Amino acid sequence: MRVIWIALLGVALLAGSATGASKGGSINLVAYSTPKDAYGKVISAFQKTQAGSGVDVSQSYGASGDQARAVAAGQPADVVALSLDPDVSLLVQKNLVPKNWAANSHRGIVSDSVVVFVVRDGNPKKIKGWGDLVKSGIQVITPNPFTSGGARWNVMAAYGAQRRAGKTDKQAIAFLYKLFKHVPVQPDSARAALQIFSQGKGDVLITYENEAIYANKKGIHTDYRVPKATLLIETPAALTKSGMGKPAAKAFYKYLWSSTAQKAFADQGYRPVVKNVASGYHFYKPPGLFTISSSKYGLNGWVKVNKRFFHPEKGIMAAIERSIGQ
Amino acid sequence: MGYLSLVVLLPLAALISSSRADGAASFWHQATRPEAVSALKLTLGVAAVCALINAVAGTAIAWVLVRDRFPGKGAVDAVIDLPFALPTIVAGLTLLALYGPGGPFGIDVAFTRLGLLVALLFVTLPFVVRAVQPVLLELDTEMEEAAASLGAGSLAIFRRIVFPNLLPAILSGVALAFARAVGEFGAVVLISGNIPFKTEVSSVYIFGQLQSGNERGAAAVSVVLLAISLGVLLLIGAFRRWRTRHDV
Repeated sequence: MRVIWIALLGVALLAGSATGASKGGSINLVAYSTPKDAYGKVISAFQKTQAGSGVDVSQSYGASGDQARAVAAGQPADVVALSLDPDVSLLVQKNLVPKNWAANSHRGIVSDSVVVFVVRDGNPKKIKGWGDLVKSGIQVITPNPFTSGGARWNVMAAYGAQRRAGKTDKQAIAFLYKLFKHVPVQPDSARAALQIFSQGKGDVLITYENEAIYANKKGIHTDYRVPKATLLIETPAALTKSGMGKPAAKAFYKYLWSSTAQKAFADQGYRPVVKNVASGYHFYKPPGLFTISSSKYGLNGWVKVNKRFFHPEKGIMAAIERSIGQ
Repeated sequence: MGYLSLVVLLPLAALISSSRADGAASFWHQATRPEAVSALKLTLGVAAVCALINAVAGTAIAWVLVRDRFPGKGAVDAVIDLPFALPTIVAGLTLLALYGPGGPFGIDVAFTRLGLLVALLFVTLPFVVRAVQPVLLELDTEMEEAAASLGAGSLAIFRRIVFPNLLPAILSGVALAFARAVGEFGAVVLISGNIPFKTEVSSVYIFGQLQSGNERGAAAVSVVLLAISLGVLLLIGAFRRWRTRHDV
């Protein structure tokens, strides 16, 4: 039954919602689906501030890539909140978001998370580090990185952790080949992966910390481990060109970094990016935390990573996918 | 005709033109990538098996609903259409809960080709039933009685009288079920493992290409899928007309 409720919730999350205009003006928020509850709280708090009073915020939630494509195709958006940087870059290319969108004190990042391992209650297989995932008999669940943009964080965390452990580029790629041999199912999204894991499939689920916390809140009895070396997930929000012309949208965008908004994100399992808010929460800081732009571990940012690893034909992951199926 | 152009032909034409935007060579390359071909074969194979099972099971269900009397018949009749009303993603989830690793019956077909088939059977069930039912209702039992009075056994009556009358309806149900199975996404995306060359069907492959920004590849595979489906549908239609002209 629990499963069905989660499903219905998922369906509800996918469906966008919209409301009419009102006297304080209206702004359009287009976001990816996981932080929906947090944004709901942020919006009602914003509407209680002076700048936000009487402002109607129309909200649309969906898969990050789909949302970016919808906005690129003309869906009205003043503020976009997406799960990874390349989705915002798409809107920059389409001239809908200014090139310097990340030029604020938080580089356009509203919240952080890290790549974690969700394990069975009590961690019976004693999974702690990346090396444990490729031990014989271990089944790993991670979404397909071609259908789920977010799953790319998982792949790059696995690769980067190998590089941090002193492995060469070649060895780290070999590890990815080995890892995906242990993946019996590649769900289409992180939420579907959680669903399938909670159904009893697999020994470990690679996902984001906020998903693991969400699972615990929903009563899915799981445990999660933060590996010593892992990738910092940074989720961006941007003010679009149409939003720049609306004072209410500008105020709302700025409000995302207010302590109220940051607390709402933190309550949802995201790591706040504003220091004095973050100090009120106890998120474990692994010693080997690296970012997608860490050139030391051969990552060099999303543009290069996407081209090298996730090109649908020539990417390293495309070759890995071919190797496991054949 | 104008309406048909607006809702069906125009979108299809746009899809075809977008698949050809980079020239025929690129179209061919995208459509014949090994992952694409393997997904296509799997999709068509599973859809064909699904349509065949539906032909038999759907006819049997329609028969029971029309010819038999039993308590709760009205309810069963109403339940047949439920797979249409349920969002297919919920259908996929429910099937996963029932026939997945933690399922109550100890049957685990999830993430296999069999699981794929189960999901497709669920969503395509109503087609043959609803196509056959009205024909069966209209069918005059006098013919059957006449045959019986002339000494025909029940098998012979079914084979020589009932079946030829039902065949056109069965075929149209089969065609609909096949077409739906080819294009289904929601119900299969959870229960199939989405592993290329093993359990990845075309709709999921196309979705992956779209998500990765390879729109041409997605369009190319869609066009091939549509062309093959159209071929199969035309064939079924032609066979139906041929039967109607020659047999009944």
